[in-house]
Amino acid sequence: MRRSARAALWRRLRRNTLSLAALGMLIVLTTVALCAPWLTPYDPDAPDAEHVLQAPGLRHWLGTDIYGRDQLTRILHASRIDLLVALGATLIALSTGVVLGALAGYRGGWTDQLLMRAIDAVMAFPSFILAMGITAALGNNTLNVIAAIAITHVPIYTRLIRGEMLRVREMEYAEAARTVGNRQRRIIFHHLLPNCLPPVIVQATLAMGFAVLTVAALSFIGLGIRPPMSEWGAMTAEGAGYIVSGEWWLFLFPGLAIIAAVLSFNLVGDALRDLLDPRMRGL
Amino acid sequence: MTWYLLKRLLLVVPTLFGVTVITFTLTYLLPGNPALVKAGPLANPEHIAEMERRMGLDRPVVVQYWRYVSGVVRGDLGESAATGRPVMQDLVQRVPATLELTLASLLVAFGIGIPLGVVAAVRRDDWVDHVSRLLGVGGVAMPTFWTGLLVLYVFFYKLGVAPPPLGRLSPGASAPTAITGLYTVDALVTGNWPALRSALAQLVLPALTLGFSVMAPLTRMVRATMLEVLESDYIKAAWAAGLPRRTIVYGDALRNCMIPVITLIGVVFGFLMAGNVVVEIVFAWPGIGNYAVTSLMSKDAGPIQSFVLFVAVVYVLVNLAVDLAYGLVDPRIRLR
Repeated sequence: MRRSARAALWRRLRRNTLSLAALGMLIVLTTVALCAPWLTPYDPDAPDAEHVLQAPGLRHWLGTDIYGRDQLTRILHASRIDLLVALGATLIALSTGVVLGALAGYRGGWTDQLLMRAIDAVMAFPSFILAMGITAALGNNTLNVIAAIAITHVPIYTRLIRGEMLRVREMEYAEAARTVGNRQRRIIFHHLLPNCLPPVIVQATLAMGFAVLTVAALSFIGLGIRPPMSEWGAMTAEGAGYIVSGEWWLFLFPGLAIIAAVLSFNLVGDALRDLLDPRMRGL
Repeated sequence: MTWYLLKRLLLVVPTLFGVTVITFTLTYLLPGNPALVKAGPLANPEHIAEMERRMGLDRPVVVQYWRYVSGVVRGDLGESAATGRPVMQDLVQRVPATLELTLASLLVAFGIGIPLGVVAAVRRDDWVDHVSRLLGVGGVAMPTFWTGLLVLYVFFYKLGVAPPPLGRLSPGASAPTAITGLYTVDALVTGNWPALRSALAQLVLPALTLGFSVMAPLTRMVRATMLEVLESDYIKAAWAAGLPRRTIVYGDALRNCMIPVITLIGVVFGFLMAGNVVVEIVFAWPGIGNYAVTSLMSKDAGPIQSFVLFVAVVYVLVNLAVDLAYGLVDPRIRLR
């Protein structure tokens, strides 16, 4: 008995340490994105013909590419675009999904039917494949990539909020709000919605990690952010060509940056879920 | 039961309608006008208008959509500007490559993921459990294209044990007699050992990469369900009755664990389709994802939208099959 109690305590503690480390990592990433130009003495786009394809060393910690550009600088600058796309897509998807889900769940009837069939159609595609189709049709620039990822993420929030709305609209305080004659819009967005938000915040954090993976993969196959702009997936794609000649640092480090970002979003998301949704604890 | 089956089958109709509306929008209504592409970069406005008229792009949207859907139903997906052949023909030709890769990676994911999840749950907090959880957290954070490049660097460049990533067969080898189109299966059936060797050698790294990318959620799910099942009353009763450990864990517990795993197959398949695209690019695997992306490089968006439609239709059917299987396995669903 004592042994299992100790094990449980140890698990909890370690989990918290991990979550705290992830949170710290997120703060570091955000700071890096904001301060990228002042962190290294190099220009991310300026070629340097005398120092091409240098292995990691004292001058260039993560080496240089075929144009002699400092890879660390490029990775730091890339965090701006990757995090911006993830944040932009998540915010757009979140606000759209929340409004649609609230309307569908509260109103029910044909509004619900129509909205949910549209959501079903979007969900009939594997999300990355749909994002590919959208960027291929719209053309690949930063705004279109944000739009594509946002569209594929809307169903997550719509379904979540709709489910929560179905639950809370039957509660007594919702009845009370109706009885005293509040307008429908006020009931939905002022009285009920705040009570539906906790699981959405958890989802949004996890979705940020997924969005980073998506933008990187889109860019890797040439459908996302394009070189010369520095972006982690595009940088990995550029580095892929140098594997056969042994310049390993070119593909390795941008990938590690992606992992660090996704990992910290996921761990913070998991921690938030433990905090806000005790039913899922221990998964 | 019949009622459940019927209801679920009927639901496919509106879903497929929605799917085609979306792919139609992506193909015809958005910028990147197909007439513009077809007319070429030197075309003048009259030429483009003529092309639009010939392609029916000046007709009402509903008419255009109808023509699009009836074409799709007949298997007409237009022509590829890059290969000059019908897109449908190009896709069908490349499906076996994608299918072989997908099946092999499913084998990897299920073959390693499920036992790992079970053992992790049975030996909770043991080192196996730690490995499985590290994998569960780390595996989902690793971009598939990066994992692919990493194994290529280690096994091809550093150790020299893997062949170069140049498709399904090594340059010298010739394809086995086509029966299923899956090289490994065909070579095995016809007893063509050189082809089998070559095909397997080419398949190992991409299949491991793709399999690994979906293993993490699988292991996590199996572990969590297994933990729950092992705590349940009927398992406790089985222990109390003195049944052997093997029977309890791998018989009763695992069987009850499989129901949630079945529902996960749909999700796993969606991830696999996404992973397929990047893995095919990394290993120059001549599948449908590779085809879609490379056509786009030659400014031809037609094949990629056909690919998106194709994958969505398969995805809808896989999810249908999963739901039907779920209904068969779990009687509670039918009664709902």
